[in-house]
Amino acid sequence: MTTVYRPGSLDEFWDMREKYGEALVFAGGTDLFVKLRALNKYPPVLIGLAGVKELQSIEELSGAVFIGAHATHTRLLSHPRIREHFPVLASALRSLGSPPIRNMGTIGGNICTASPAGDVLPPLYVLGAQVELRKKDGSRRVPIREFILGPGTTALTDGELLSGVWLKKEDSFTIHHFEKVGQRKALAIAVASLAALVTTTETGIVEKARFAWGSVGPTVVTSQDAEDALVGLPLGLKALQSIVPIVERSVSPIDDVRASAAYRKALAGNLVVRLAGRGREPLRA
Amino acid sequence: MKIGFTLNGKNTFIDVDAARRVIDVLREDLEMTGTKEGCGTGECGACTILVNSESRLACLMVAAQLEGAEVTTIEGIERDGRLHPLQKAFVEHGAIQCGFCTPGMVMASIDLLSRNPEPTQAEIREGISGNLCRCTGYQKIVEAVAAAAAAKEKDGLP
Ligand SMILES: Cc1cc2nc3c(=O)[nH]c(=O)nc-3n(C[C@H](O)[C@H](O)[C@H](O)COP(=O)(O)OP(=O)(O)OC[C@H]3O[C@@H](n4cnc5c(N)ncnc54)[C@H](O)[C@@H]3O)c2cc1C
Ligand code: FES
Ligand code: FES
Repeated sequence: MTTVYRPGSLDEFWDMREKYGEALVFAGGTDLFVKLRALNKYPPVLIGLAGVKELQSIEELSGAVFIGAHATHTRLLSHPRIREHFPVLASALRSLGSPPIRNMGTIGGNICTASPAGDVLPPLYVLGAQVELRKKDGSRRVPIREFILGPGTTALTDGELLSGVWLKKEDSFTIHHFEKVGQRKALAIAVASLAALVTTTETGIVEKARFAWGSVGPTVVTSQDAEDALVGLPLGLKALQSIVPIVERSVSPIDDVRASAAYRKALAGNLVVRLAGRGREPLRA
Repeated sequence: MKIGFTLNGKNTFIDVDAARRVIDVLREDLEMTGTKEGCGTGECGACTILVNSESRLACLMVAAQLEGAEVTTIEGIERDGRLHPLQKAFVEHGAIQCGFCTPGMVMASIDLLSRNPEPTQAEIREGISGNLCRCTGYQKIVEAVAAAAAAKEKDGLP
């Protein structure tokens, strides 16, 4: 027998958390319930976050946007601030799962699952997101790249909850780009993905670039070397191809049921080359 | 755990293990077998229902999540013995073969049309992208959804 609690506020949540140390937390349940059923091991207590009011908000606060951990993918996708300021995130969300999965799944669940294929993560890396972690008696903010420690492991400590994500408004990049390669179009876990933010001059010279790849390493992969190498070059096929060797050195993919390591490495480079099609164009979600 | 919710407009009370899957509550406890279970892991959409008017997968929900919710299944969408426009369109367009995917397809399409009453073909395909059909090849389903959208506009049906 499992007991399920559904607190309405953080205060209620902390009380339950204290009382039931062995409880597991769930948000949309699209990762956790699949896992529990596969293992056929249900904990004595489950705590659902859907009613916790502090985790629902999406707010704009002086130059930044706060996304509550329980914001569903569907809600984020239909939110004007997200589409306006973070097209790279919106584009990743659009490729995530299917409509019902997006109606149920949350940003907090995607982050805490810490899958190398988590589609929310590469955009959060290039956007320099910080996650807000709360305990009963305080909170801290941690950059996303310090929060994700490995496949399935995060810096969450006992009794800590992910309360939300902070994103600085990033209006200085002229290109927001996300592309995912899966085995098919819908409901496809990434074989490899790329989130990229690039700024070019009027004449197409790269001023700054940020890249983050999904599914080509134990966590999201970034490469300062590849980013630096592109600066000063005209954004086009030749320049992008010139950084492919650096990209290939940066990634450390594995063989699995979905693809081979060699194929993933080739994809990581090719995904960058495909930016050639995107000159200076207006932001688009 | 005692749980109260609305199922197809009717107040419903159950007393089950709080972590019992909603698909089992519907099919086994309440004998509402219209909702199907294909994969049990979120991948096929056969178990799609509406919870507070949004599509949800009954195989990935636990009973406790029903408390206070308004749930609609395929059994609850006809009105006074008249098929819902989507049901009618599925029948008329040959969008049903074995029928196993149909309840989920229809519920997913209701979610789609409530957000986007005039979807393009591409948007319809995206809207049912979480639903697998092993028989029809999808084309007839897409045509049925398009026809239902057009008919709805004409008749001003809900
Ligand atoms: C069919 C299917 C397709 C999918 N496709 C994709 C895809 O294309 N891309 C992708 O990235 N993912 C995909 N997923 C995975 C999943 O849907 C997403 O990762 C989703 O965002 C998880 O969110 P959730 O709210 O459902 O998480 P849950 O399952 O509720 O939770 C996941 C984990 O995070 C913990 N947790 C949740 N919220 C918090 C919090 N606030 N604080 C602390 N811990 C927390 C839980 O304890 C649990 O361990 C798919 C899943 C399914 C079933
Ligand atoms: S049975 Fe629920 S998605 Fe397949
Ligand atoms: S009609 Fe048979 S699975 Fe769709």
